[in-house]
Amino acid sequence: MRDIGLSYTSREQVEVYRFSWPVSIGLPVLMVGIQAFMPVRMPYFRIFDFGLLLTIFFAVSRRSQVSGMLTGAAIGLLQDCLTHTPFGVFGIAKTLVGYGASSIGIKIDVENPGSRFLLTFIFYAIHLAVFMAIERWLMGQPVHFNLGQEAGAAVANSVMAVFLFAMLNRFKIRD
Amino acid sequence: MNLFSRHKNTVVLATVLLAQLLALAVQVKRQTAEGPVRVIRLVAVNTLAPFERMLIYTGESARGVWSGYIDLRNVRKENLRLKAEAAQMRLERAREQEDARQARRIQSLLGFKEQWIDTTVAAQVIGTSGTESSRLLYLDKGAADGIKVDMPVITPDGVAGKILAVYGDHNSQMLVMNDPTSGVGATLVTSRLQGIVKGTPTGEVTLSYIMGDESVQPGEVLVTSGGDRVFPRGLPVGKVAKVSMGRNLFLDIMVKPAVDLDRLEEVLIITSQKQREPDVAGLGPIRASDILAQHLPGVPQVAPGTQPGTPGAQPTATGTQPAVATPSGTQPNATHSATPNPAANTAPKPAQNTTQNTTQNANQSKPPSTQTNAARTAAQGAAPGAKPGTTPGVPHTATQSKPSAPAKPQPAKPATAEGTRPQ
Repeated sequence: MRDIGLSYTSREQVEVYRFSWPVSIGLPVLMVGIQAFMPVRMPYFRIFDFGLLLTIFFAVSRRSQVSGMLTGAAIGLLQDCLTHTPFGVFGIAKTLVGYGASSIGIKIDVENPGSRFLLTFIFYAIHLAVFMAIERWLMGQPVHFNLGQEAGAAVANSVMAVFLFAMLNRFKIRD
Repeated sequence: MNLFSRHKNTVVLATVLLAQLLALAVQVKRQTAEGPVRVIRLVAVNTLAPFERMLIYTGESARGVWSGYIDLRNVRKENLRLKAEAAQMRLERAREQEDARQARRIQSLLGFKEQWIDTTVAAQVIGTSGTESSRLLYLDKGAADGIKVDMPVITPDGVAGKILAVYGDHNSQMLVMNDPTSGVGATLVTSRLQGIVKGTPTGEVTLSYIMGDESVQPGEVLVTSGGDRVFPRGLPVGKVAKVSMGRNLFLDIMVKPAVDLDRLEEVLIITSQKQREPDVAGLGPIRASDILAQHLPGVPQVAPGTQPGTPGAQPTATGTQPAVATPSGTQPNATHSATPNPAANTAPKPAQNTTQNTTQNANQSKPPSTQTNAARTAAQGAAPGAKPGTTPGVPHTATQSKPSAPAKPQPAKPATAEGTRPQ
């Protein structure tokens, strides 16, 4: 257990985890693959952003800003590979999310379902805002925002995050 | 060094972001997916595709076993229903064969070339982009199957999209019609207005560039216009769902696609389209007067004091409806099935003299009120810019004929009157 100086958490010390290489590489590929495959059979599955959930999960578990942002960038770029938009749209958005999530992970306890729900909800909104800003100002594309739809998607992702994070906890290795 | 250590996280963040921003800027400027980006995508797609293909095929096998059992239970009832349906279709076929023969004659007269969907390749959808912002599908056919960029992708219901990229021998990327970057040239079959069908960021489909002073009614059917040089003409696109006045003097037209774009599982890629002169062998001489004469009214009952052939003469058969039918109307339903497509006018100019002659013959032979649709269609073909009088018909079989003026309205017949209009 590594001691981290900042202590806005419920405990004086926060736990820092690491992941094995197969998990670090295989899990994002698997989740992005599932995200790409499932809408063929279940179109509404498209609202879930497993890349985002994994970015948040790895970032708050590792509690390292560099690691968080690099993981986010890698996952985002992997998602970019499957789209026809220029390379880097998801990469930039998830880099920022990874950085932000790991920064918050240092300061607050993110192990309970409530904080995970809230954290995911907030970062979904940040991710969306960054994504739309890139689309609008960097790519010059028209942007459509539907508050109800996006709020619903944020809630759905947050609920998914609570269950997914609980499942993924078994891959954690205490540092 | 101390400064770097102190601000290491910020420096790394700035570096990573800057690198991606630069890459993004270069791509936006180039507007192509060539070079390293294509290589990275190729690797990513070919890494994920086998996994997705395996999932799809496993699911299909399991579903096949279950549906096989269900099918067996209903097979007898379905057999009876299909027999009745087949009998009905035989009757309709006999009627439509005559229409088709007529259509071929008229197309030949007007110098049309029929556009045929020569070969199609059936493909399975194995994946998506996984995001709402990019409406893409991945197909399990690639270069080895003859798939190339910009090939149209359809289903038996209508247009689905086009091939955007081919990744290796067995993978390709399809741009679905409801993606914001897609565009399909389309024609409203009733009003003959042409626009571009595009997607929206929310996955809806709209028809753009229809002027605000035009009249477009909900329910009106849209077919491909062929103007985009990707999709063959006459394929169903959808129906007008909602019309409202938009900005910039154009109408906002929402379209309900003919194909359920969210549930595409199998599609057909049109790998080859051909054009040819209509086959009129065995249909007899193709003189305009001969053809029009077949549809002229019988010998009119001459009223006392009225000379035959004068406007006073009343025809005995006003409901004659040649209904310029296409020999197509079938839909591609199998790999490499040769499927004809509604005729496309690819050589309108040479046709015009013939058309004008045809029209003259038609008008000389009978009074305007009894002019058949064939003649009317020919007449419209001879007058570029004239509003066509033919009512386009069911999609995929092109257009339907309007009932003759004195006749009672009749059910629509598949027709290729569209092909008789000059571009």
